Amino acid sequence: MLEVTINGRTYWVSEGKTILQAAGEVGVDIPALCADDRLEPFGACRLCLVEVVGAPKPVVTACTTPVAPGMVIETETQRVVELRRGVLELLLSNHPNDCMLCEQAGHCILQDLAYRYQVRRNAYPGERRPALPEDPNPFIAFDNEKCILCGRCVRTCDEVQGVGAIDFLGRGFGTTVGTGYPGGLEESPCEFCGQCVAACPTGALTDKKSRGLGRVHEVRRVKTTCGYCGTGCTMYLRVKDHRIVGVDPDFASPVTGGALCVKGRYGYDYVHSPDRLTRPLIRRHGTLEPASWEEAYAYVAENLRRIREESGPDALGAITSSRATNEDNYAIQKLFRVPIGTHNVDNCART
Amino acid sequence: MALPETQTAPVRVMVGMGTCGLAAGAREVWAALEEELSGACVQLSQTGCIGMCEQEPLVDVVVPGEPRVTYGGMTPERVRRVVEEHVHGGRPVEEWVVGRIADAVAPYRELEFYRSQHRIVLRNCGFIDPDSLEEYENRDGYQGLRSALATDPTAVIETVKQSGLRGRGGAGFPTGLKWQFARQAPGEPKYLICNADEGDPGAFMDRSVLEGDPHAVLEGMVIAAHAVGASHGYIYVRAEYPLAVERIRRAIAQAREAGYLGRGILGSGLSFDLTVKEGAGAFVCGEETALISSIEGRRGMPRVRPPFPAQQGLWGKPTIINNVESYANIPHILREGAESIARLGTEKSKGTKVFALAGKVRHTGLVEVPMGVTIREIVEEMGGGSAEERHRLKAVQIGGPSGGCIPTALWDTPVDYESLIGAGAVMGSGGLIVLDDTTCMVEMARFFMSFVQKESCGKCVPCREGTRRLLEILERIVVGEAEPEDLERLRGLSETVRGASLCALGQTAPNPLLSTLRYFPEEYLEHVHDKRCRAGTCLALGHFRVIAEKCPGCNKCVKVCPVEAINGKVKHPFVIDPDKCTKCGACEDVCSFDAIVH
Repeated sequence: MLEVTINGRTYWVSEGKTILQAAGEVGVDIPALCADDRLEPFGACRLCLVEVVGAPKPVVTACTTPVAPGMVIETETQRVVELRRGVLELLLSNHPNDCMLCEQAGHCILQDLAYRYQVRRNAYPGERRPALPEDPNPFIAFDNEKCILCGRCVRTCDEVQGVGAIDFLGRGFGTTVGTGYPGGLEESPCEFCGQCVAACPTGALTDKKSRGLGRVHEVRRVKTTCGYCGTGCTMYLRVKDHRIVGVDPDFASPVTGGALCVKGRYGYDYVHSPDRLTRPLIRRHGTLEPASWEEAYAYVAENLRRIREESGPDALGAITSSRATNEDNYAIQKLFRVPIGTHNVDNCART
Repeated sequence: MALPETQTAPVRVMVGMGTCGLAAGAREVWAALEEELSGACVQLSQTGCIGMCEQEPLVDVVVPGEPRVTYGGMTPERVRRVVEEHVHGGRPVEEWVVGRIADAVAPYRELEFYRSQHRIVLRNCGFIDPDSLEEYENRDGYQGLRSALATDPTAVIETVKQSGLRGRGGAGFPTGLKWQFARQAPGEPKYLICNADEGDPGAFMDRSVLEGDPHAVLEGMVIAAHAVGASHGYIYVRAEYPLAVERIRRAIAQAREAGYLGRGILGSGLSFDLTVKEGAGAFVCGEETALISSIEGRRGMPRVRPPFPAQQGLWGKPTIINNVESYANIPHILREGAESIARLGTEKSKGTKVFALAGKVRHTGLVEVPMGVTIREIVEEMGGGSAEERHRLKAVQIGGPSGGCIPTALWDTPVDYESLIGAGAVMGSGGLIVLDDTTCMVEMARFFMSFVQKESCGKCVPCREGTRRLLEILERIVVGEAEPEDLERLRGLSETVRGASLCALGQTAPNPLLSTLRYFPEEYLEHVHDKRCRAGTCLALGHFRVIAEKCPGCNKCVKVCPVEAINGKVKHPFVIDPDKCTKCGACEDVCSFDAIVH
């Protein structure tokens, strides 16, 4: 631990942290758009500028500067607030500012900062980022007009997912984010994990499936564990009117640190599918017919017993699903090994 | 292309074959010389740029025992007479002679362009064949390396520190100190980089050194490798310098062959080799962290410093980045001693600086001057003042897109790092453009802003967005569509861009604008309030009109007007229809009577 002074108060903070992280630890909120704890410091948005009193160059980015013993940091001086406001004016001057229709309204750092620093929009008339044709993929919507080029999507794809499907394209004012090749995301190495969407601090990247179904203040966030495989990723379901309208990662999850795959993130349609099985079915005379649970259990038990007697226990086997709980999986292997007497047991998670 | 040596020293004919010479037609001159000299006992060789770019193609005739005679503006047609009368006849063709060199260290003493020059970096440029290692060695080449290898690395660093040499790329960080940091930084291997990504508009100092004296840069790098303990180096040179790339590659091959590069250099324990990396054309890759990214195969985007490259540079290892001119100083320092640099210049800026003198000045080209000379000396004495008597000089633009304008009133400012910053400019890499009353300062600020906004990498917000908005405001001013508030917007936004940008490209991008706004506010005010451009170059302001008293009615203007906006009868004054006129200026250019003005 080391002692630093932030805005006149003395704190003990962990060593090896940046000013931004250390301030966050003790509850001092330094604004930032491009910083993300999971990513290497980038220093691009220039909003986390703070003053280190007595340093040769006092104005530094909090996200890239490590704390040092005795450091005296001021996070809201007139100088840095003016610079921050200047940067925000530039961002808003190249932004549609249509928060009324934006999926991310209420869940947008740019919006929060414009409010916090009371920045008027459109300080500078002039050229705007162009709208680009929609990428045809079914999951991820990219709105170039709203992109602020913080690079969190690019860096998440590269540093967290190790995929590198997208990068910065072009130069200067014309810089965009994309795959660099025709065919969009579907023709790229993109796995549609949606991590880029989760990392985006504005409404530039959103979930196509959630469009128009409910914004942050309308939904209830329900923490759950993904039912698809044995990894056990925790995540939040966005629920509105008892329907799932989207999925958010749980960045605090000790299992994954917020990572999800395409199934967990976008594969929730089955929950509300009308074709979803709600009761047991027994195939009779070639067709599946509804049955009660008692009938179904009796049918399974009777046939297991018959086959075991006729052909021996090794004629039977069980393949279970990772979507069942650990306890269920344990119970079925116990059933097959002990009363039935076979080791023919397998699970889809065994790869 | 040396002809066989004979018993007596032959006459030597040299052709300036730098990019400037080639562009002016040196290749054709060379071919004509080859033809004229075939069979003659004359040594024909190429050489680099000697600095007199305006006189290219240059041909030199060196008769043993006589001063070297330089001919300017040579053509294949002129070659025959020079060969006949001078090479064979011994009588120089005086009418084409532009200068004589009696002293190989201080050439052309009789020319004001050269009188105050002190050539250390350009010492060999225009004197040796850059493709000949032997000629480099004959002028004490690699002697600096020999004395460095005989010394302890820390003593080499000490010598460089004592010389007072500061980075010639523009920022002026003390070179020896940088080397010391890299030497002391933990991490192996250590790398060396030569920044040859010269990109300022109008600057060509580094290109001339690479083209004219590539071994000097190599020697400087090998000495640096010894000093900091580096095992591999890169020369990052822009691909738009094909001749420099070719010559540096050839020099590397020669140096390997001769044992100046590779394992166990000159029998010492030093092993060091070089790779040439061609830049793909992004100006920002001249910024050292972007350059490192580019060598690593990533997008050329700067990152925040610290850590500085001397601590964590290429592949995260301690790395020295110096520019071409800095390295080219090193052999001299090791050969002649620290004092040879330290005795030149001012208290804080030692040695010499090469400038590319360009613009509205009588003599243009490359000059190497001791630090501390004044701008007035460079422009008025060396440059010979205004290129045209009738035009008045008004400023120099120094330091390119990161630099600023210094008005004539401040031309007694000495050329050193601190004084130039005080005057609102920067040393920069050495571009020096002279401006006269036909240059609109607003338009010039617009030009540099358009340059940096195109070359911004797009990473940080103030540079990417801010330079674009500054450009848009300047564009409104030059076409007369600006509001009075736009001037305040320029100032405020410049502060954001300067104070908040990530790298030096953005932090210095407002300089050309701010310095012109500081020294020439009246020009901005005239554009905004009076819709007037005193230099007359902002065509959107004002109308073209014919001065009836001056117009004899020759109708030349009528013929060139692309939109038939000029009406009248031959032998009577013509009239321009302002509604049709597109202000292309063709009529003004073609008028022989100065009868068209705007």
